[in-house]
Amino acid sequence: MPAPGAGMSPIVDTLTLTAEDAIALVERDEISAAELHAAYLEAIGEHDEELHCYLRTVDEANGAGIPIALKDVISTRGVETTAGSRILSGYVPVFDATVAARCKVAGLTLLGKTNTDEFAMGSSTENSAYGPSRNPWNPDLVPGGSGGGTAAAVSAGLAPWGLGSDTGGSIKQPSALCGNVGLRPTYGTVSRYGVVAFASSLDQVGPVAKTVRDVALLYRIIAGRDAADSTTVELPEPVELPSDERLDGLRIGVPRQAVALEAIEPGVRAAFEATLALAEGLGAEVGECDLPLSFDYGLPCYYLIAPAEASSNLARYDGVRYGVRGEGDTYRDMVERTRDAGFGDEPKRRIMLGTYALSAGYYDAYYGQAQRVRTLIVREHASAFEHFDVLATPTSPTVAFPIGDRAADPLAMYACDLLTIPSCLAGLPGLNVPCGFSDELPVGLQLIGPQFSENGLFRAGYAVERALGLDLVPARLQS
Amino acid sequence: MTWEPVIGLEIHVQLKTRTKMFCRCRVGFGAAENTQTCPVCLGFPGALPVPNRVAIEWVVKLGLALGCEIAPRAVFARKNYFYPDLPKGYQISQYDLPSCTNGNMIVPLPDGEHAVGIVRAHLEEDAAKNVHVGGRTGRIGGADYTLVDYNRGGTPLVEIVTAPDIHSSEEAKRFLQLLRQTIVELDIADAEMEKGTLRVDANVSVRPAGSDELRTRCEIKNMNSFSHIARGIDAEIARQIEVWESGGQVEQHTYDFDVATGTLTPRRAKEEADDYRYFPEPDLVPVEPSADLVERLRAELPELPADRIRRVGERLDHERALVLVTGGLDSLWGETVAAGADAVAASNVIANQLVGAGVQPGSVDAEQLAKLVDARERIPRKAFDEAIAHVAEPGFTAEPYLAQEAVSDTAALEPIVDAILAANPAQVEQYRAGKEGLLGFFVGQVMKETKGQADARVVSELVRAKLSA
Repeated sequence: MPAPGAGMSPIVDTLTLTAEDAIALVERDEISAAELHAAYLEAIGEHDEELHCYLRTVDEANGAGIPIALKDVISTRGVETTAGSRILSGYVPVFDATVAARCKVAGLTLLGKTNTDEFAMGSSTENSAYGPSRNPWNPDLVPGGSGGGTAAAVSAGLAPWGLGSDTGGSIKQPSALCGNVGLRPTYGTVSRYGVVAFASSLDQVGPVAKTVRDVALLYRIIAGRDAADSTTVELPEPVELPSDERLDGLRIGVPRQAVALEAIEPGVRAAFEATLALAEGLGAEVGECDLPLSFDYGLPCYYLIAPAEASSNLARYDGVRYGVRGEGDTYRDMVERTRDAGFGDEPKRRIMLGTYALSAGYYDAYYGQAQRVRTLIVREHASAFEHFDVLATPTSPTVAFPIGDRAADPLAMYACDLLTIPSCLAGLPGLNVPCGFSDELPVGLQLIGPQFSENGLFRAGYAVERALGLDLVPARLQS
Repeated sequence: MTWEPVIGLEIHVQLKTRTKMFCRCRVGFGAAENTQTCPVCLGFPGALPVPNRVAIEWVVKLGLALGCEIAPRAVFARKNYFYPDLPKGYQISQYDLPSCTNGNMIVPLPDGEHAVGIVRAHLEEDAAKNVHVGGRTGRIGGADYTLVDYNRGGTPLVEIVTAPDIHSSEEAKRFLQLLRQTIVELDIADAEMEKGTLRVDANVSVRPAGSDELRTRCEIKNMNSFSHIARGIDAEIARQIEVWESGGQVEQHTYDFDVATGTLTPRRAKEEADDYRYFPEPDLVPVEPSADLVERLRAELPELPADRIRRVGERLDHERALVLVTGGLDSLWGETVAAGADAVAASNVIANQLVGAGVQPGSVDAEQLAKLVDARERIPRKAFDEAIAHVAEPGFTAEPYLAQEAVSDTAALEPIVDAILAANPAQVEQYRAGKEGLLGFFVGQVMKETKGQADARVVSELVRAKLSA
């Protein structure tokens, strides 16, 4: 679609333009919001047929600021929101999620809704009912998931930044596989109101962008208590944009049990270790710590709690009030047909798992036990932070893998989140920062901090980012 | 064998908060269907509950009035099941950590005080309202289609569960009257059964008198007045005794009580066989009322009906005390007696004439009422009735009515009495055969004839004298 005043618009290279620079251009009136919006739509027009980052785009800029892409689990008033599921096709929210409203207030214009695994359940976006997204570094590979759409869009220059949602790694892992920065904030700092729920005690919305400073800027816009979400709190300190390039005195803990995982590919390990050495060079102290329960039981614990909550959260999709309805002779018939036709295999699998885990006679052994283990994981992390300021691991054990490789094997897919899940269970913030390449594909560094330590994560991530100075534009897209 | 009924009650009370339990939609009757709704109470994707602070205070207040322990940490839980009136596919309720536990209410009965244990009182949200159209049963199975009105969905409810401490339908009824009055006086609910703001289910079993076993119980639902509850319980007690005595086994089941026919209809087993998969509601934080709040609410509690029945019962028989207190009339009674009226006479006038005339007890000047009570047999009935009808009006004084004298002249009244007796030979015969209750009938006829001017006491003496002659 042509930009207003087409032909006269200044040339912006969306592949390299950071949100911070885009904001400066708009503030200096060097480009209008409408022109910027149009420039991204043009890039989307050029590349999204191949990458399929977007489920839908919005033609007109609805604000005076820069554009943003929102994961399709975030309710947007008047704009269809499907959570990547057939069961919500045609559902147009009558209200904005709090994060969408805060973006609007900040002047951000909605560029479009990005692809996601159905109900954010997955690690590759292959579970989207609307087809997979593709990795901008190599379209035969997955972008990660569930927020693969947002991550791929940011790396391909199809959005300056975006919001994702993270339950067990859905922000951090795709950011790692696409080569950008993603923050899963402390549980309770960002409102979940209007975000299609997967597992309420784990879901958190967070920013995805090209740089750590962009991520901090967007976090500043969305974070803080929301009266509509009882689980939110006010930030204990304002969000600061990082500018210090040193890491003097920073104590980095490396969990032994994490780096011992055989699933970690050699190339990923090499990039990770090189980054730790670099951090030491910047003044950080690197040591080892122990999180045995977190890495032994984190994954099974997660796969009881998350499906249990999901089985309840997904009960509202019954065909009565919105979305798709299957025809049936009786109420039961209608509900069963609606859900059978509306849900894909992964939500069905998790609904069954979760229903079982909550059933009379099994609750104590499964859901109850998982909650007790979760408490131990919280404590284990807390004691690690008595000695360290941040913990570091690779974000994903592997780089991006081929589409179709793991789709038939749920357990192999679940293993993608081995390294991201434990801190999610503990409610802790985690930041993915690109830290190198393996087989010409990006590798991500995961930095975990104590509750409300986002500013600390930004400082650490920023120093690493500056020192590495990686070129994160996918080579095949560079002209 | 004699059988002893064992009854426990489960009571739902709709709180009269301005807004719903987990969203700020208005609560109210009579609005057009589905106009008091929002994304939260319609269960839209991503919508989240935010608890109503007033409802939380009110359940604590009720718990204190019922002598309960108030949980320093109560937890909302999800009760999962599918039904069209349940938009989220789960009801938010309290499960293993309710707000109030372990209380009891003393029910004064004619033969002494009975303690009824309160197992728990907890907060939850009401379901929406289904209207099943077509079909014969009025239920979803067999209906042509079902319409849902979500206005009621999400209204705050308190569920109160009693221990199986009740042993007759009469005791159940008295307990409920007292509970209702307590709730109304706490000003937290209208608690009107006919409007559905107070709903009661009864769990009933029977056992051989003197034993302390607990046999299989059945649940009775769908009763919408205190007397229906009593009838439903009696019907179920009779049914169970018959089952046991004919050598059968009572099976656990849920019944609807049909008021018109007095019969119990079993619900289909399918509708009750559910595993609700309760788990703590992750969208909400625990309810932690501060000790200060609990103490403030405790200090605000008024004197409770059960205590007042006990106090009033020191001067009146139990039945009169119960009627005054559960009718909200005892405070006027106390003032009237303090102003010099006879206790029993004041109780009769207030509970009968005053209520019959539709007078609001709260606006009555007790001094004036005491004068009327005192003069009630002296002044013409008509004047008394008129005075009662106006007694709540501002500036009312009894004096003009007290000045009127009833006709107490026997000579004037005798011919009228004779005429009435002559006109009703059948009643005269019955009276003489021992039906002395007919005295009131004759007196009434004379009062009618004299247009309320006769002295009722003199008339009644005259009638009695003539009939026993």
